[in-house]
Amino acid sequence: MDKSEILIEANQLVKRYGDFTAVDGINFQVRKGESFGFLGPNGAGKSTTMRIIAATLTRTSGGITILGKDPEKFGPEIKAHLGVVPQTDNLDQALTVEENLYIYGRYFGLPKKFIKPKIEELLDFAQLTDKRSVKVDALSGGMKRRLTIARALISEPEILMLDEPTTGLDPQARHILWDRLFRLKEQGVTLLITTHYMDEAEQLCDRLMVMDKGSIMAEDSPAGLIKTYSTKEVVEVRFGSDRNAVVAPQLQELVERIEVLPDRILMYADDGEALLHSLSQKGLHPLTSLVRRSSLEDVFLRLTGRSLIE
Amino acid sequence: MATRQGSLKIVDVQRIKSRGALSVTESRILIMRKFIPVVISIAVANPTLYLIAAGLGVGKLINHHSGGVDGVKYLTFLAPALLATAAIQTAMDETVFTTIQGFKWGKVFYAMNATPLSGRQIANGVFLSAFLRTAFSTVIYGVIIDLFGGFSSQRGWLAVLVGLLAGSAFGALMLGISAWIRNDDQFFNILGRFIMMPLFLFSGTFYQLSTLPIYLRWVGWASPIWHATELGRYMTYGHHISFVMFIVHFGYLFAMLSFGLWLAYREFEKRLGE
Repeated sequence: MDKSEILIEANQLVKRYGDFTAVDGINFQVRKGESFGFLGPNGAGKSTTMRIIAATLTRTSGGITILGKDPEKFGPEIKAHLGVVPQTDNLDQALTVEENLYIYGRYFGLPKKFIKPKIEELLDFAQLTDKRSVKVDALSGGMKRRLTIARALISEPEILMLDEPTTGLDPQARHILWDRLFRLKEQGVTLLITTHYMDEAEQLCDRLMVMDKGSIMAEDSPAGLIKTYSTKEVVEVRFGSDRNAVVAPQLQELVERIEVLPDRILMYADDGEALLHSLSQKGLHPLTSLVRRSSLEDVFLRLTGRSLIE
Repeated sequence: MATRQGSLKIVDVQRIKSRGALSVTESRILIMRKFIPVVISIAVANPTLYLIAAGLGVGKLINHHSGGVDGVKYLTFLAPALLATAAIQTAMDETVFTTIQGFKWGKVFYAMNATPLSGRQIANGVFLSAFLRTAFSTVIYGVIIDLFGGFSSQRGWLAVLVGLLAGSAFGALMLGISAWIRNDDQFFNILGRFIMMPLFLFSGTFYQLSTLPIYLRWVGWASPIWHATELGRYMTYGHHISFVMFIVHFGYLFAMLSFGLWLAYREFEKRLGE
């Protein structure tokens, strides 16, 4: 890997709060222009890692550099090149859409003559031009999120950090947001995303770090992770909540791996249809069955024994 | 979007380090401008009502019976105390609400801190905006007192400056305390009823502190209103205070200002880094 292309590098990074270890000695590198994701359930240590990168939280031990600098020594210098979209919107409720963009530009010390045309560009990007004079509290959740992203772009950051960007949004708002993030990716902005949504991770990330309890479980592209940790297809069968556990040993004989969940059983196979056929030949007739492609949810289940969204 | 220049080219970190607090003040002024009729009404209505009630009403009675207080007419005696109280009240409103809003209700300080701005700069920006609003209100108060004939000479304006110092000192203290408290449920009740009201009533505002029984005078000694009022009375009409007390009054206000800012810097940095 070309060293000059590495924007973020963490080495044995640790963050502890008293006895609780939020981040437990993780190593990773983020390259210029890539879209890098932290995937894991709530409490995995994703947001803590993001805050250390954003130079707003100090680490307990280990090393980290952002743009070649230590965030504890060069906080303002690093923050000058980051755009931060936090998990909870912290827009200024007393100001309008346009004023929120303006004042954020001022926090970056940008001159008014730079900010004014930039606001037009960002309003257009966030599809909020007709809402420019509206106060923030009158916006929908999706609009607020888009405004927060637009706000983070006012200083043309090298790295855009998004903490759970679509949590709490309806499907349509999520897709609009993904589309906007794709455009940024195409322009070469380095994206750093935390999410507990596997579809979001698959859609947006070139490379993923699966985290659980402060540690890295695996790291690869979404397709690479699925290839390594799962089969091509998954058969989901339901025999009824009482019977699932009873039939599980019989199902186990048919495939290398099964996962017994409270409401269903997942069977991992490269050919789902063929597996269903074998089931019926064995006299096993599930109440419902479904063949689907493997997803990151299956990877997570394999790595941690738990579901992503609990 | 248009071609990017990139933050490496457009963000000047040295400029933010030296002048960043001003952008926080700019954000506060942007918000205050929306409430300008309210800000002006409070600044004008409060003194007008007080001066009519206490200055003219009670004052007329006192002037008639004893020819004034401390050798001057009652309104002149009262003016420095009213100015200091108004300054303190304005500075408190502007620092307490803004700080709790910034950390808890709207979390805008966290948004500011995601930019190159430090906690200390955010605290300074809020403090400066409180200072400006306090100066604005106190000067209006001074104009109205002058219109009511409360200043015996142009030296009366010195009480505006002393009031502003008291407002700044108390504002700094409130900035620090508001950042320090984590649970603000009863904070406003306590502040309004058990701190502001006694300070206003027992700081030698309407009568000299020496009139109070000794066991109540400590409220005045602790109160920035009393220290500012004593200084204001000394400067505007020559109320007698010793040189030592002159130093004590100024020293107390500067100490409160310094402690308040120290606490604010510490708590802003600490809380944003939690």
